[in-house]
Amino acid sequence: MARAKKSETAKPRKLESTRVILSLGDDVSTDLIYPGRFMATVLPTETPALAFADHPAFQALVKAKSIPKGAVIAGGENFGCGSSREQAASCLKGLDVVVVARSFARIFLQNAINLGLKVVTAPGFAADEGDEIVFEGGGVENRTKRTAFDIVPLPRARQSIIDAGGLIAFTRTRLMAKA
Amino acid sequence: MKKKTGGATAVEKILARASGNEFVRAGDVVEPRVDLAMSHENAALVINQFKEIFEGTGRVAKPWDPSRIAIIFDHRVPAESAKTATNQKKVRAFVAEHGITKFHDVRGDVGGICHQILPERGYVQPGMVVVGTDSHTTSHGALGAFAFGIGATEMASAWALGVALNIEVPRTIRVRVTGRFGKHVGPKDLILHLIGILSAQGANFRVLEFTGETIANLSTSGRLVLCNMSVEAGATAGIVPGDAETVRYLREEAGFTGPIDLVTSDPNATYERTVEIDVSALEPVVACPHTVDNVKPVSAVAGKSVQQVVIGSCTNGRLEDLAEAAAIVRGKHVAEGTRMLVFPASAKIWAEALKLGYLSDFMAAGAVVMNAGCGPCLGVHEGALGDGEAAISTTNRNFKGRMGNPGAEVYLSSPAVAAASALTGVITDPRKES
Ligand code: SF4
Repeated sequence: MARAKKSETAKPRKLESTRVILSLGDDVSTDLIYPGRFMATVLPTETPALAFADHPAFQALVKAKSIPKGAVIAGGENFGCGSSREQAASCLKGLDVVVVARSFARIFLQNAINLGLKVVTAPGFAADEGDEIVFEGGGVENRTKRTAFDIVPLPRARQSIIDAGGLIAFTRTRLMAKA
Repeated sequence: MKKKTGGATAVEKILARASGNEFVRAGDVVEPRVDLAMSHENAALVINQFKEIFEGTGRVAKPWDPSRIAIIFDHRVPAESAKTATNQKKVRAFVAEHGITKFHDVRGDVGGICHQILPERGYVQPGMVVVGTDSHTTSHGALGAFAFGIGATEMASAWALGVALNIEVPRTIRVRVTGRFGKHVGPKDLILHLIGILSAQGANFRVLEFTGETIANLSTSGRLVLCNMSVEAGATAGIVPGDAETVRYLREEAGFTGPIDLVTSDPNATYERTVEIDVSALEPVVACPHTVDNVKPVSAVAGKSVQQVVIGSCTNGRLEDLAEAAAIVRGKHVAEGTRMLVFPASAKIWAEALKLGYLSDFMAAGAVVMNAGCGPCLGVHEGALGDGEAAISTTNRNFKGRMGNPGAEVYLSSPAVAAASALTGVITDPRKES
């Protein structure tokens, strides 16, 4: 099997200057990211339209298709807590945003890595909507506030999945390796 | 591999065995075989991902071992929409195609919430590795298994390979519980109290292992409450290592006749830390909106008016819970302006509660008894809240929007607090009501 191509998830430093489109506090639950009443919708082509469905300002951006590629969603501690619903990761992946948070809940983080949603853990990170963000080396900089934060590497146990370009590709390779 | 020093926790032993290692330690990365892989309606998404894995490989998309897959419809039963009904239909076809026998459809005899069906049917035994596409899969640690929630793609991978890929052996926080619960204080108060101490992410990437005399004396039903809500402190898993009560439950209640191998923690196992709790002094507590760690003694919020009371869920929809709530409302009436909804966790519990008269107690008091399933817990198809309304519920999450309306509030409590509050229409200390 040919070497799978590297995922961008592993290299947030490659991202250019971007802006925060949504800034949230601690404990952003997957109920907030993707409300339970839409759980019957599963296709990654359909979930992005329902991201933060109960957040009118964000929904307006989604509807207007005015979210730039690589735009940042800023979170506090424990981003993605709660339900394991994968739609919470697939909807954000479909919008091609980057989630920067002080910390992530385990299942959301794994879903993000599995699907190739870009997530960056930066303890202490703080940003308001509209702030300019730059990823550099092992850090993330808030240009507007003139603050900088270290990036915590993703769990090393998951690195091979990131390197394979996601869990589907990784599993496929493993499957083919089996007699 | 590191040198073996000291003892091992139950989870380390389970993962060592499942990954073919003599021993493993927290921090090691292993690939345990999966003993049981559970999904609910979201099997529809798992099936999509599963088929995608096989695309272009020239291989037939067949699960590694259909006898180790469990699928239970519970989140939206009976279907609330054409979309759900169609998803369920698709899953049924997959189940039939691959001969999946641990399948629980929308039925009044064998249906129910996945986290009740698995223990009740004896599907989970001590020492197993259980994965589920549901965050409350932590529940099954109550039977001494290592059980954790995963996403749909990860489940698809498990269906294909029969292993959980790249699992980092978690560190364990020991929770040592002593003392006796007072009247109308129980496991729900204990776990809410613990989450309040640890915070919503205090146990992130950790296992919570429950030990101590109070746990030894606790029924499996009560242990399920503790392990179920371990995830609300961020834990990967909760566990009560298997013991005499586990054997009793499996033999007498679940009808399991196969061999049982209890996996316990060594006395000299390494824990990250130990939290000591004496429940003798514990009061009934309530988790206030909108986070589960916003825990207060019931006295601090008593008098807050509630328009809906929910008794049920994978946390507190078992017979013990219904018995306690029924005893409180028996011969009394649900307050004017308050709706009380009861949804037993499984069809089996429903039938038992019917036989024991609990359901008629509820109905005579004015409560609505619903079919077994997740009901209003996740705000999908019944029991939604109106704008500005508040509910007190025995479920496990009070996030904004959880019960279907971001403009409403959910308080979490034990069945005793919820039932007492139904009678008054305000949050009430059950010790004062009866
Ligand atoms: S009862 Fe609620 S928490 Fe439990 S499985 Fe159903 S939706 Fe999830």
